[in-house]
Amino acid sequence: MTTETLDTPTTPAARITGMRCRNCGRTEPIGLSYVCPNCFGPLEVAYDYDLIRRTLTREVVERRGPGIWRFAELLPVDAPPKRGLAVGSTPLTLADRLAPSLGVDRLWIKDDTRNPSLSFKDRAVAIAAARAVEFGVEALCCASTGNLAGATAAAAAAIGLPAYVFIPADLEPAKVDHALAYGATVVPIAGTYDDVNRLCLEVADETGWGFVNINLRPFYAEGSKTLAYEIAESLGWRSPDVVVAPVASGAMFTRVARGFEELADLGLIERRPIRFVGAQAAGCSPVATAFAAGTDVIEPVREPDTIVRSLAIGNPADGRYAVELARDSGGSIEAIEDAKTAAAIREVARLEGIYPETAGGVTLGAVAAARRRGVIGDGDEVVALLTGNGLKTPDARTFGRADGVARPGEPGLAPVIRPSLSAFEAWLDGSAGGAA
Amino acid sequence: MSTVRIPPTLRTSTGGAKTVEVPGGTVREVVAGLVAAHPSLGAQILAPDGELNRFVNAFLNDTDVRHLQALDTPVGDGDTLVLLPAMAGG
Repeated sequence: MTTETLDTPTTPAARITGMRCRNCGRTEPIGLSYVCPNCFGPLEVAYDYDLIRRTLTREVVERRGPGIWRFAELLPVDAPPKRGLAVGSTPLTLADRLAPSLGVDRLWIKDDTRNPSLSFKDRAVAIAAARAVEFGVEALCCASTGNLAGATAAAAAAIGLPAYVFIPADLEPAKVDHALAYGATVVPIAGTYDDVNRLCLEVADETGWGFVNINLRPFYAEGSKTLAYEIAESLGWRSPDVVVAPVASGAMFTRVARGFEELADLGLIERRPIRFVGAQAAGCSPVATAFAAGTDVIEPVREPDTIVRSLAIGNPADGRYAVELARDSGGSIEAIEDAKTAAAIREVARLEGIYPETAGGVTLGAVAAARRRGVIGDGDEVVALLTGNGLKTPDARTFGRADGVARPGEPGLAPVIRPSLSAFEAWLDGSAGGAA
Repeated sequence: MSTVRIPPTLRTSTGGAKTVEVPGGTVREVVAGLVAAHPSLGAQILAPDGELNRFVNAFLNDTDVRHLQALDTPVGDGDTLVLLPAMAGG
């Protein structure tokens, strides 16, 4: 949608008051900065909610077209950008075929497998890209575990900026291809994601390029709040009992919680307790480990070992905040084995027609685990965030269980059959005569 | 002597210097030497107990010192210590 179709009666500059350090509260002007000069803590965007409350109503939102800019007042850009991808307004689907197998009574899937670059990262990047244009950066960049690579490359293409995408050199080929397709310069680094990230911190500092998840991070992180806004609106302006989301850095997990909090503060939904359940892969679960140990000190994981590459951050920046959120809300952080992740991907695809990438399998595994733990109880309404598309991680589906040769009535790949009805019927009858 | 690379946020405390040569046999001693030479860095990077605050990650020759012996990691001549904000997320 365009700026013209939005009615934003507040002066844009007025509702965004600046940046504030999450740790010490120091304020800074809006700019390409992300670290508090006082204490090194993370800077966040600060809003004047009294001003926003005066103009943002359910009716105002409902009058607007689809996409994240329906909630423009709560996003850290002065006005929706003139150029950009159509992001957001993804479906909230009742998953009543899958729910019984996870042991829950009422399950919704927030289906972010279908954003422009097939993951929720488009939400965050849309905000960062809008600010990147405003700040006049030379290039749009990221350090990526994969989904962000595609999202950054696509957004850069849409706004006409060069993209530099830094990835671990052993990333899934589908994700590399995806970023290349949009014309990005893809820079593979011989190391883990955390090595990539550390390098990019220095590159961002020395080049002044706009890294969506580093020096544009205060803006980028805010994009994930739109998941909460859309879930609440889709449920008829209310919150669910439990939200289950993947945790890599912990930024999305914590910002979804803030999104619901903002809606309650603004009177757009009734304030009800929500339990937040985070999902990590057992092969890289520093946040789940801290949660289980009852501490908020995150011990970094040096060498992640999991098929869930999109969550393979060993040194999560917002890990401590994610642990606090899970604990304070009565939720949990679950660590899911890769075999269960793969099984969950197969199951949701087969039962609901939604095919998520590995982080989605982890998330559904966490739904079942939180149910077993008692965090999810009888009658609870659960929303699971499936944040990326299965086409990005095609090998995950068959992890631990290769496709067999399908017989009639079985899912799977049938043998190649000669193009004749008799050959097909021979296969249907179970005789081998049909095979080519 | 080892070399400490200073990120832009901290350069106001080092008179704009991007790198500082500091003596010291461990990461702890190098950090102490750095703060002794540029006292205003102390408020930026040290916690009240004198350790690095939790928003600062230290990398010795590009390896997170928490994967080594943390602040007790030995530092040799010619090693490079980098101080960076704890900021990661893909």
